[in-house]
Amino acid sequence: MSIDTTPKMSWWNRLAHPGQFVILTKPLILPLTALTALLFAAGLWFAFFNSPADYQMGDTVRIMYVHVPTAWLSQFVYATMAVSAIGSLVWRHPMADVSMKTAAPLGAAFTAMALFTGSLWGRPTWGTFWEWDGRMTSTLVLLFIYLGIVALWRAFDDQLRAARVVAVFTLVGAVNIPIIKFSVDWWSTLHQPASVFRPDGPTMHGSILTPLFVMFFAFTFLFITLQLTAIHTEVRRRRITTLERRAARGETR
Amino acid sequence: MSGFVSVLRREVNLSLRGGGEMLTLVLFFVIVGAIVPFAVGPDKVLLARIAPGIVWIAAFLAMLMGLEKLFGPDRADGTLGLYRLADTPLSAVVAAKVIAHWLTTALPLILASPIFALLLSMDLPTFWRTLVSLLIGTPALAGFGALGAALTVATRHGGLIAPILIAPLSVPVLIFGVGAISASGGPGQTGVATLLLAALSLMVVALTPFAAALAIDWGED
Repeated sequence: MSIDTTPKMSWWNRLAHPGQFVILTKPLILPLTALTALLFAAGLWFAFFNSPADYQMGDTVRIMYVHVPTAWLSQFVYATMAVSAIGSLVWRHPMADVSMKTAAPLGAAFTAMALFTGSLWGRPTWGTFWEWDGRMTSTLVLLFIYLGIVALWRAFDDQLRAARVVAVFTLVGAVNIPIIKFSVDWWSTLHQPASVFRPDGPTMHGSILTPLFVMFFAFTFLFITLQLTAIHTEVRRRRITTLERRAARGETR
Repeated sequence: MSGFVSVLRREVNLSLRGGGEMLTLVLFFVIVGAIVPFAVGPDKVLLARIAPGIVWIAAFLAMLMGLEKLFGPDRADGTLGLYRLADTPLSAVVAAKVIAHWLTTALPLILASPIFALLLSMDLPTFWRTLVSLLIGTPALAGFGALGAALTVATRHGGLIAPILIAPLSVPVLIFGVGAISASGGPGQTGVATLLLAALSLMVVALTPFAAALAIDWGED
């Protein structure tokens, strides 16, 4: 009778092991990509052909279907990073490190997109590309924080050490997120207050709300897909670095 | 507590005997203010209007200049490693360094700020308000500065990254700092801005030593 000595891994432990994580989540990427493409196809069809033009803003209202989801993601991605930072600091979870690192450029891209589309939308409706309004300013600050985090990651050679230092900064920078959320209530200057998630229900008509929600899920799944792919890439990149170092030291295997 | 005091004394002494670095910083502060009239034109009305902003920007830039010497030399000669092992908690050491940083960079700048009143033709009430807002607000800049220096101390080219990290965090300090001087939002606004600036300063000075100590501790092996 032989005794089975191979370690039994629970799914939680498997998630903590980079190689196992890749094996476990690899099958998810194709369905996620398909789902994202499907949602975008439906969302864009709704946005362009099956939703009314606004009676005041005309066709420019369609910018909203990109602007609002990217703006939501600019904050959601930061929340993902902050949760990963806690996971990295408290449990030293190796995948939390990786997820924190790969989310930063994605968040920066979504934030830049939200600012860009907002600017395009602001020109015809508000008459200005840029105004130092509370929400715009705080979102710009968020973009700078994202870019600072990316720069900080790149400044370290040792990525394990970088993770812990970046985690501290990520949590400090998280102060900005509630400021962005409530900026429209504190400084009611130009940007409109919350119109979708309100205690008394959304202030938009259903014909606009449906495409908005579809695009909302499309962009969210785009983030999830890109994030997972980026995590896989990062795991492989680290493995290659390790192999290169071993080869440089003349070790075989 | 004695550890805290001796670190504070050591830092201040190092700055005072460090070959006039403090005066160079003051000179930098004054020069930043002095080149603005060349860039925007010597219009006295315009200069008086933007003077509070110029003073704050000059102070912000000058305080960024001194960041690299906050932890860099200590790390290079191994003092930082000893601080990590010492009985005095690292956060207390960082707090002492924040206070010393403020005493040796911000305080000289504030003492030099009357020059700005002359150069930028500020009136006396505005100048007093500027002095008060600098006194209240610069501790927050010192706290953020220590955080930025701590985050980047283990990197090779941290000197460039620290300002990028600190600048977005310092935006509220600048907003309320300038708001405490110029009553653009009505007569009651300056008082509110001053109180918010004070609250911000207290929070930052109280919390950043802990965050900075964590960053230093985890940045080393």
